Amino acid sequence: MNKEKRKTFGVSEKLLSLICFLLIIMFWCVGSYGGMVKDIFLPSPSAVIEKIVSMARDGSLWANCWESTYRVLIGWIWSVIIALPMGMLMANSRKVSAFVQPIIEFARYLPVVALVPLTLLYLGIGESQKYTIIFLGTFFQLVLMVCDTVSGVDSNMINAARTLGASRMQVYREVIFPAALPGLMDDFRLTIGWAWTYLVVAEMVAADNGLGYMILRSQRYLATDTIFAGLILIGLIGLVTDWIFRILSRLVAPWQERLTDK
Amino acid sequence: MEQKLKLQVRHLNKIFEDTKGGEVVALRDVSLEVRESEFVMIVGPSGCGKTTLINVIGGLETASSGEVLLEGRPVEGPGADRGMVFQGYSLFPWLTVQKNVEFGLKMKKVSAAQRAKKAKEYIDLVGLTGFENALPRQLSGGMKQRVAIARTLANEPEVLLMDEPFGALDAQTRVVMQELLAKISRTTGTTILFITHDIDEAVLLGQRIYVMSRRPGTVREVVEVEIPGERDHNSLVLPEFLATKKRIMDMLWQESNDAAMDR
Repeated sequence: MNKEKRKTFGVSEKLLSLICFLLIIMFWCVGSYGGMVKDIFLPSPSAVIEKIVSMARDGSLWANCWESTYRVLIGWIWSVIIALPMGMLMANSRKVSAFVQPIIEFARYLPVVALVPLTLLYLGIGESQKYTIIFLGTFFQLVLMVCDTVSGVDSNMINAARTLGASRMQVYREVIFPAALPGLMDDFRLTIGWAWTYLVVAEMVAADNGLGYMILRSQRYLATDTIFAGLILIGLIGLVTDWIFRILSRLVAPWQERLTDK
Repeated sequence: MEQKLKLQVRHLNKIFEDTKGGEVVALRDVSLEVRESEFVMIVGPSGCGKTTLINVIGGLETASSGEVLLEGRPVEGPGADRGMVFQGYSLFPWLTVQKNVEFGLKMKKVSAAQRAKKAKEYIDLVGLTGFENALPRQLSGGMKQRVAIARTLANEPEVLLMDEPFGALDAQTRVVMQELLAKISRTTGTTILFITHDIDEAVLLGQRIYVMSRRPGTVREVVEVEIPGERDHNSLVLPEFLATKKRIMDMLWQESNDAAMDR
C-alpha cells in the first residue's frame, strides 16, 4: 500500500516538472505572439523551431552539436583522468594534500575567461586550446570534489579491510574506490555540466563551428532565434547527459540504487 | 596444564595531545595477557580507553610506549593475524554476504574455489546458510554482525579482537549473539579478546575479566570467572554468575563514586 502511494507521488512529481516547462513556454508564447516583446529580443517559439528544423536539414545542427560535445568530452575526460588519482591521493595523504591543496584552492578562483589570452599564447588557436579551457574550468573543482568524496568513505570500513590483511593498494582498489564510486559519479555528473558552461568561453576565439561559436556569431547579426536555438540545444544535451549519468550510476553501483528504493 | 601465551600487552601507555597542546593520558601502564583458546574480557566505564587499547593491539593506533606481543613477536600495524570485529559491523555494502566473508582470503590471493569453500564453512558456522547472496543492507543488525564475525573468522586469525560488537543490538538479539559466540569459542577454540561496558556480557562470556578504571585507563583488577557448564542464557541466573557480577559492579560503582568525588 505504501509502495502504491509512492508510485502515484512519483508520477505527480514528473507532472510538476512538466508543468514548469509548460508554464515557461506559455509565458514565452504570450510575450512573443501577444506582441508584448519585440522579436529582436524574444523570437517567437515557431521561429526558433523553424531555425532548428532548417539547421537539422542543412546538417549544421548535428555538426555543431557533435563538435561541441566532442570538445566538452575531451576536456572533461582529461580533467577526470588527472583529478581522480590526485583527489584520491590528497584524501589519503596529508603530505600530498599539504603540497597541492593551496595551489588548487588558488587556481580554482581564477576566472577561466581571464586565462583565454594565455592559452592562446601558449597553445595557439587549435583544438587543444579549446580542450584546455574546458579542462581548466573543471579540473580544480573536480580535484577538491573527489578529495572530499573519498575522505567521506567510512574509516571503519578501511580499518576493517586493513585488519583483514589488505595492503594499502588493496585498500584503495577494493574498498575506497568502490565505496566512493556513487559519490564520484555525482561529482562527474556535476562537473560535466560545468564543462558545458565553459563551452562558449572555449569557442569564443578562433572557432568556426560548435554551439558556443554559433551563439557568439548570432549575437553579431542579432539573430536572436539562432541564439535561442543554441541555448535550447545545449540545455537538451545537458538533460540527456544527466540522464545517461543516472543510468550509469545505477549500473556501476546497483547496491546503492536499491538502497534508495526501499 | 598451562596453555601457551598467545597475546601479551606490556606496560602500554597512550598519551594524546589535546587541541591546546596539553596531554591527555588515555592508557597508563596497561598490561594483560591472553592464553591460547582463552576468552578474555575487558570491562570498564565509557571513556576508560578500552577502544584505544584494542585499536593499539589491532595495529590501528600506535602506543606512546610499551609493547604488544603476539606469540612473543612484537606487532606493528594492522594484520590478518589479529582479526577485528567492530560495533558498527563495517561490512562492504557493495559485496554480497559470500563476498564479504571471502574478502580477507581474496586479499591473501587464495584461489576462488578455496575461498568459496571456506566462506561457506563460516557462513554455516554463524547460521547464515541461505543468505549467501544477500546484500548487507537486506540484513538485520544481528545478521550483519554474524557476517562480520564470519568474515573475520574465515581469515583464521591468531586472535579475535572484538570492540563492543553487540552494543548496537537489542537485548534479545544480544543474548542470542552471545550464545553464538560462546559456542564458536567452544567449538573452534579461537582465542578471543572482547571489550564491553556491559557487566552481564563480560561475566557471561569471559573466562577472565580485566576490569579497567576510569581515565587514565589502567587495569584495576583481574577476575577469574568460575561458572559451571556451558555458557548460555541459563548461566545468567546461576549463583556463581551473580556473585561475580556483584563483585565487578562494586568495583565499577567505586570507580564512578571516586570520579564523582574528584569533581
